Amino acid sequence: MSAREISRLVVPNRGQSVWLVLLSASAMAFLAVFALALSVTSAQLARNWSAALAQTATVRISAPPEEIEAQTAIVLEVLRTTPGIAEANVMAPAEQAALLEAWLGPDLPFDALPLPRLIEVTETEEGPDRQGLRLRLAAEAPGAVFDDHTRWRRPLAEAAGRLRAFALVSLALIGGVTAAIIVLASSAALASNGQVIRVLRLVGARDRFIALAFVRRISSRAFIGAAAGTALGMLALRALPEAGGNVHLLSGLGFSGAGWLLPLAIPPLAMVLAWAASMATAFKVLREVT
Amino acid sequence: MIAFEDVAHDYGGGPLFREVSVRLEPGSFHFLTGPSGAGKSTFLKLCYGELLPSFGIVRLMDRDVRTLSRDALAETRERIGVVHQDCQFLDHLSVEQNVGLPLTATGRPLREADLSDLLGWVGLGEQAEALPPTLSGGERQRAALARAIIAAPNVLLADEPTGNLDWEMSQRLMMLMIELNRMGTAVLIATHDLQLIRFAKAQVNARVMRIAGRRLQIAGADL
Repeated sequence: MSAREISRLVVPNRGQSVWLVLLSASAMAFLAVFALALSVTSAQLARNWSAALAQTATVRISAPPEEIEAQTAIVLEVLRTTPGIAEANVMAPAEQAALLEAWLGPDLPFDALPLPRLIEVTETEEGPDRQGLRLRLAAEAPGAVFDDHTRWRRPLAEAAGRLRAFALVSLALIGGVTAAIIVLASSAALASNGQVIRVLRLVGARDRFIALAFVRRISSRAFIGAAAGTALGMLALRALPEAGGNVHLLSGLGFSGAGWLLPLAIPPLAMVLAWAASMATAFKVLREVT
Repeated sequence: MIAFEDVAHDYGGGPLFREVSVRLEPGSFHFLTGPSGAGKSTFLKLCYGELLPSFGIVRLMDRDVRTLSRDALAETRERIGVVHQDCQFLDHLSVEQNVGLPLTATGRPLREADLSDLLGWVGLGEQAEALPPTLSGGERQRAALARAIIAAPNVLLADEPTGNLDWEMSQRLMMLMIELNRMGTAVLIATHDLQLIRFAKAQVNARVMRIAGRRLQIAGADL
C-alpha cells in the first residue's frame, strides 16, 4: 500500500464535519450561481440599454392641432440639414399607441388624446451638436423639444453598474463565508480525530502528510457539494421564465450560449478555496501537537 | 543513541524527577521501574520527543531534541519504535494497515512479504485483515510491537507492554523483544512487573533503572 493510498484511509469517513462541508459547499455554490448570473445579466443589461439608447434621440412636438403639421415639417427639415443626424422618422400613430398601451391599457381612445408628435432620430457615430440643434429647434419650431435620452440612460447605466457591484460583493461574501465554514469544519475534523493525529505523529508521519490526509477529505467533499449546488442552481436558472429574446432583470436572469460554462468554474474554485482554508487550519492545529 | 544530561521534568507542581543522566547505547537492554506516578511514562515520552525536558538536555540520535524542527523530530521517530500500554491503533484500519503505518505514512516502501513475515513472527498471521477492536489484549500488544519494529528502529521503547496480559502471554511478548534485542535493537521497557524483569534477566544482559525519590537509580542485582 502506497503513502497516497494510506493517506486516503487514515482519516475515518465519519463525523459531522463531512456533512457540514457538503451542505455548506452545496448551499454556497447554489447562491454563487445566482450571484454570478446576476453579475452577468446586469452587465448585459447595461450593454443593451446603452446600445439601445446610444445614438438615438427623440424630438417631441407639442403644438395646437392646426400648427402641428407645419412644425413637424420644419423640424424634419432642420434635422435633415443638421450634420450628425443620420435619419429622422415621424412615429406613426399606431406605433405611439403601442408604446402607450403598455402603460395605459389597450382600450383607451388614443385618437381623442392630445398626444404630442414624436420623431425618432438616429444619430451618426459623431452625433450632432446637441446644444446648437436645441437652439435651432427653439427658434424655428417653438413646440419641439430635443430629447437625447441622457436623463434615462444615466440612471439605467448606474443602476446596472450597482447591480453588478452587488453581485460581485455577494460572490466575495459567499467565498468568505465558505472559507470560514471550511475553517470551522477543518478544526472540528482535526479536533475529533486527535487519536489519528497522535498515532501518525508517533509513527513518524510529517505534518504535511497528516494535513494532506484531512485536506484531501475536506476539499473533495467541498468539490462534491459545490458540484451539486451548482447543478441545482443552473437547473433553477433554466426553470426561470424565458426572456423572449430580450434581457430583463427578472425573466432574463441567467446565462446564454457559452456563458453557461461560467458556473462550471464554481466547483473547482470551491475545492481550491477549501484546500487553502483547510491546509492553513491543519498546520495551525498540528503545531500544537507534539 | 538516546542520552539524558542532568534532566529534570516538571508538570508545574514541582519536579517529577531531576538530575537524571543516562545513555541508552546501541544494542542495550534496559528496564525502567518505579512506583505508579514516579514518572516512568514521562521518561519514555522524553525519549521520543513527545515531551521536552524542563531542565537539562535530551539527545535523540545525538541531536538535542530542543533544536529539532517538527520534520526532524518526525524523522528521528522513524528510528524509534514505541509500544504503548493502550496500543493506540487507528481502529478503522486493519491490523496489517496499522502495522504498516510507520512505512506507508512516511513514504517508505512496504513489501507485502515482509509484512506477512512480521505478522507471522508475532503470531498474528491469521488476524492481518481484522480490525484492532476485535483483537484480544495479547494480540493488540503483539500488533503494537509489530508496528513499533516494522521500520527496523534503532531503539524500541515499551510502556507497560504486559500490563494487561497473563503471565504466559507476557513471557511470549518478552521473548519477542529479547529476540529483537539480539538482532541489535536497543530496548527500554517501563514496567513494575518484577517477575517479568527476572524472567528477562535470565535471558539477556539487561540493566534495571528505578525512579525513586525523584532520582533515577541503577538497581542492584536483588531483583
